[in-house]
Amino acid sequence: MTVEEIRGDSENFPVGMRVLAVDDDPICLKLLDTLLRKCQYHVTTTSQARMALKMLRENKERFDLVISDVHMPDMDGFKLLELVGLEMDLPVIMLSANSDPKLVMKGVTHGACDYLVKPVRIEELRNIWQHVIRRKKFDGKNQNKSGDQVKTHQASREGHGSPLTGDTDQNGRFNRKRKDEEDESEDNGNESEDPGSQKKPRVVWSIELHRKFVAAVNQLGIEKAVPKRILDLMNVDGLTRENVASHLQKYRLYLKRISSVASQQANMAAALGVKDSPFMRMGSLDGLGDFRTLSGARLANVGLSPFTSGGMLGRLNSPANVNLRNLTPSALIQPSQTQNLNNSITSLGKMHSALSPASPNASLFQGIPSSLELDQLQPSRGAPGSANFNSIDDSRMFSAAIGSSGNLMNSSTNSPMMLNVQQALGGGGFGNQSTHNMASFNAESFNAGVSSSSNLLDPGKCNENWQNALESSKMQPNPLLSTEVFHSQLPLNGARDNSSSNGAYFHNNAIEFSSAMALPPFEDSRDMQCQESFVGDIQNMNQAPSQRWEEQSGNYAHSSNNVFGSLNSHIPGNGIVSPLGRSLDQNSGILNQKMDMFINGRSTGSASNLLQQNENEKSATEPRTRSHEDFPFEQPKLQGGFVPQSYDSLDELMNAMIKREQDETIPNCDFGFDDYSFGSESL
Amino acid sequence: MEVDQLQRTFHHYHASLFNEGFLDEQFVQLQQLQDESNPGFVVEVVSLFFEDSERLLNDLSKALDQENVDFRKIDAHVHQLKGSSSSIGAQRVRDACIAFRNFCDERNIEACLKCLQQVRQEYLLVKTKLEALLRLEQQIVAAGGASPM
Repeated sequence: MTVEEIRGDSENFPVGMRVLAVDDDPICLKLLDTLLRKCQYHVTTTSQARMALKMLRENKERFDLVISDVHMPDMDGFKLLELVGLEMDLPVIMLSANSDPKLVMKGVTHGACDYLVKPVRIEELRNIWQHVIRRKKFDGKNQNKSGDQVKTHQASREGHGSPLTGDTDQNGRFNRKRKDEEDESEDNGNESEDPGSQKKPRVVWSIELHRKFVAAVNQLGIEKAVPKRILDLMNVDGLTRENVASHLQKYRLYLKRISSVASQQANMAAALGVKDSPFMRMGSLDGLGDFRTLSGARLANVGLSPFTSGGMLGRLNSPANVNLRNLTPSALIQPSQTQNLNNSITSLGKMHSALSPASPNASLFQGIPSSLELDQLQPSRGAPGSANFNSIDDSRMFSAAIGSSGNLMNSSTNSPMMLNVQQALGGGGFGNQSTHNMASFNAESFNAGVSSSSNLLDPGKCNENWQNALESSKMQPNPLLSTEVFHSQLPLNGARDNSSSNGAYFHNNAIEFSSAMALPPFEDSRDMQCQESFVGDIQNMNQAPSQRWEEQSGNYAHSSNNVFGSLNSHIPGNGIVSPLGRSLDQNSGILNQKMDMFINGRSTGSASNLLQQNENEKSATEPRTRSHEDFPFEQPKLQGGFVPQSYDSLDELMNAMIKREQDETIPNCDFGFDDYSFGSESL
Repeated sequence: MEVDQLQRTFHHYHASLFNEGFLDEQFVQLQQLQDESNPGFVVEVVSLFFEDSERLLNDLSKALDQENVDFRKIDAHVHQLKGSSSSIGAQRVRDACIAFRNFCDERNIEACLKCLQQVRQEYLLVKTKLEALLRLEQQIVAAGGASPM
């Protein structure tokens, strides 16, 4: 519903806003009634929660907002809140004489959009209409956006064909999922819109039934809770899978709403690593959804929210670069690698969006799953501040670089990386300048000492030499990976020191596919984003590969120490979106192996073009060159195509590294080489 | 002249209720809510408060008189009384309710009984005061003056 519709019959909303006030205390109800009328709302009162529920169930369109007391004899206000949240999707304001923070928190976690303490004052009530606007605006955006996403996905599929295969595959997944959701929501819609014409008996989700449902969901875990299994666990006669599916859908929406509300307050706590509760997890998911739907400002909040991973995804999806940037500072406060990635991704996404509408969607999709995984897998990420900082820096770098390339120059000024990128862009030539930039990026962004040397090649050169192409392509440092790695293995400080000193330690792998070569400078700039993966302790693993790299990239001045393995990220011009998504995946992969799943899925899409890292090892140049030849246009796609097939051998970190590498197309790690295959569709 | 006198008396009394802490600014809010569209609003709310409070006080007496005191029930009652008294601005009743609830948490029957007495006393006090105030208001209106509410 749009704001326009909300206004409905009244031109001067909030005058006439329809409020249902519920309070068992006649004095309070009378007072509330009068206060609300004074605000020129259209008020309906009831002293019984059950009556309120009945009225709402009869016609939820009858009200815009519900204000409910917490303590009521016939039904706990929180229960009413929960049911209204589940069934009606109406904003609910809780009201109580008890201002105990625990109770307030309970209200928030149950989905209350506000919590007022008695005696309620008219000043507070004068503003409650904003909750109505917020809710409806949000919903409307959400729907529109998701619809667009699907469309764009499909369009991209049709239009781009092979190059985007990887992405499209993912999209396909998403579409499927999306379709399921839509089916469910359609069911819901039918139920709510014409209950009278419904043939199947309507299931009233009593408190008891809902409790069973929640218990089943909790038992299964919200991510794994599917209607069938929930139904089995609930073991209720007469209940159908459809009933459960519908309710589950609502429940998820409900959790989503909760998270969006709670996230703001819970940011701090979340930052501290409180991700245990299923609600929190949901929050992350929800956060993603919210991001999409919400405007930039809102998104920012979400991003800040504890569900960093989710936030990242959301950010990726988020439409506005500005928002992301704004967020970044806050991100700094919070030690979340994911945020950084998000930022970078977002910027990328934006870039893509400008280029191709489809790409952003893809990133969204990818990002979402990864975020989920992240939450689940690593609840304790938040802890390491240093690592986070690094990542943050990186992210800034990225974002800045991206921004510059994409048109966003503002943030870039601060970071040398940005400057470099800009210069490169401005110059039109990417080659030498870009390489320099990369180095600077690495040093700064990657405190850990991982340095990536990116060589920028002219587009023409790229075609000639794969190396050049690689150079030309932009490095994408994945802050997430590097940071995480650092956290886990290396002391951040030490890492930074190393990095600063760099030379020996650094290992730069510049593997890039610059599709942008032929593309206008803007695209190139997008490509500029470099993903560098650093291997702290992991480096040992990588030593051999790094050497190989050196060999491969003999032309390049890369100092590779055994200690450090450097990963290179590729920069896809068109495929930027996909790389982003992958980078996200990688991040998540670090955290979780689930990421692999995604990657695989993606890879499958691009299977035809898969290059094997082994090949890279053997003749890195050859495959690259090939890629170059083919890539000039499709390089991004290639990146997307890379599929890390075997993560098992490597540690999670390694995996992450590898993934990045895959994305980047530079295998620093031995493992990576052997196990991974790069798929370049263009080939 | 008589109206003026009454008005002065009313305002004086009104102020004393605030000075002595019987009422707080929430009551002023009530008064401000009263306008042409709902002229009897304050009286109505205050009457509701009397009714409801007496019912609650009786329930509390009964509940505390049980062999097995249901503290949850008592707490709910006291909570409601707290809510309504604070909504009307009867802050001394409200404060007594807060103390009451603390003892309720401690499941201290004796203290609860004492608190009940205190709450009742405060209630009766404010009831008297409010009734006097409202009576003054009625007199003013009856004398042709504008309602000071």
